[in-house]
Amino acid sequence: MRAVFFLTALVSVLAVLLISLFLLVNGLPALAKIGPLEFLLGREWSPSDVPPLFGILPMIAGSFYVTATALAVGAPIGLLAAVFLARVCPPALYRLLKPGVNLLAGIPSVVYGYFGMAVLVPHLRGSILSAGILLGVMILPTMTTLAESALRSVPESYYEGSLALGAGHYRSVFRVLIPAARSGMLAAVVLGVGRAVGETMAVIMVAGNQPRLPHSIFQGVRTMTANIVIEMGYAAELHREALIATGVVLFVFILLINLCFSALNRGNT
Amino acid sequence: MNVFDIQELNLWYGKFQALKDVSLTAADAEITALIGPSGCGKSTLLKTLNRMNDLTPDCRITGSVRLRGQDVYADLPVNELRRRVGMVFQKPNPFPMSVYDNIAFGPRTHGVKSRLALDETVEKSLRSAAIWDEVKDRLRKSALGLSGGQQQRLCIARALAVTPEVLLLDEPTSALDPISTGKIEELLLTLKKNYCIIIVTHNMQQATRISDKTAFFLLGEMVEYDNTEKIFSLPRDKRTEDYVTGRFG
Repeated sequence: MRAVFFLTALVSVLAVLLISLFLLVNGLPALAKIGPLEFLLGREWSPSDVPPLFGILPMIAGSFYVTATALAVGAPIGLLAAVFLARVCPPALYRLLKPGVNLLAGIPSVVYGYFGMAVLVPHLRGSILSAGILLGVMILPTMTTLAESALRSVPESYYEGSLALGAGHYRSVFRVLIPAARSGMLAAVVLGVGRAVGETMAVIMVAGNQPRLPHSIFQGVRTMTANIVIEMGYAAELHREALIATGVVLFVFILLINLCFSALNRGNT
Repeated sequence: MNVFDIQELNLWYGKFQALKDVSLTAADAEITALIGPSGCGKSTLLKTLNRMNDLTPDCRITGSVRLRGQDVYADLPVNELRRRVGMVFQKPNPFPMSVYDNIAFGPRTHGVKSRLALDETVEKSLRSAAIWDEVKDRLRKSALGLSGGQQQRLCIARALAVTPEVLLLDEPTSALDPISTGKIEELLLTLKKNYCIIIVTHNMQQATRISDKTAFFLLGEMVEYDNTEKIFSLPRDKRTEDYVTGRFG
């Protein structure tokens, strides 16, 4: 019986190892062939040129700008929503809102994408802003849920101590409880960033996908994830390897974000 | 002079009556001890005095609680009441911030902004709580690094920082070792000159050591209220006698 549990536990670890292995084996040769600096800092992505150019800086910038916009939109809303759920809203309303937030997490990303195409793109075109707003909404449930549980794990005695000094409800929440939950709330934001960086389908549908360095948030961009999905279908040889190498870069970013997340969570206890 | 005047106080949590017709006064420069077995209503009474009971849903009150003549449920804004009536809890609950910010939190809440005034209040409060010498070199470090006894004295200092008239203490030493307990008792005896102190305690020796008046509670009823000496040597009520002599409770 123990062996069964061990094996089931091993599956996910094994999957991570295999994925890393696959990425490195298939992606690193391309990185070497193209040259790491040309690959990471090259401003031109034209796989069909002769000779082809494989610079993914526009895509790194694209992922960065879209994620930053998503954060600017989503973090304040998500964190304040968490404060509302944890410390302000009456129980009856909570029973209505909480499932709503959870439902938001369950909507498939292609549906978000469709919503973005129908509602955002007609006004903002395929742009950083469209993708940022859409992603900002998509990462709300992750951030809200995590930040809410961080706030709920703050001992009630802090709240009582603050009230007993004559502080009002909001002052107690914002000056005592939120600082006490700081690292957990920051971890919630970091996990939201992770989701935003990795999101693909919804972004493709609203971001415009031009592989160029953008000059304003009203321009279209292509993210790293979008780059892989859009071209993988017809890519071959070095082009295909370059896309997998894009995956390696993405993987490293996600790894860094997760390291931040676990460091913050450790700081919490 | 009477600081608190409680008249015919009844309190219900939903259908359960936690306090029955309690009338009690607490005077300036005196320590009043509330004793009785668990669940007798003494902590509930304490929480009524600074309206911490407001946090409990379904809590209903009749009767009057007056602070120097003002009805705490009608005449005083609740934040002003809680500034004037400080509270120290059973488990030390310093905020997870620096020693300095813990003490400065109260004054800042009530509008003190000047750095100089805050510095002064912090030092004065810490000195009054007899913990200044132990923390003066670590004012900027987290209060959570202090020992339990130090944390509790820090909480007393924090309560003093908003210049209250009354200190409510809910079994403040029950989580502490005997030496820390001794320090807190000593501190309370010094503080009583300037404050009206009301303390809930399970420890009857503690009540005899520090209190001037003692009220004995049983099942929500105040059985007897008198000078501490009288309560412990010549109680009028049989139930008080049984309790203070350790026959039950």
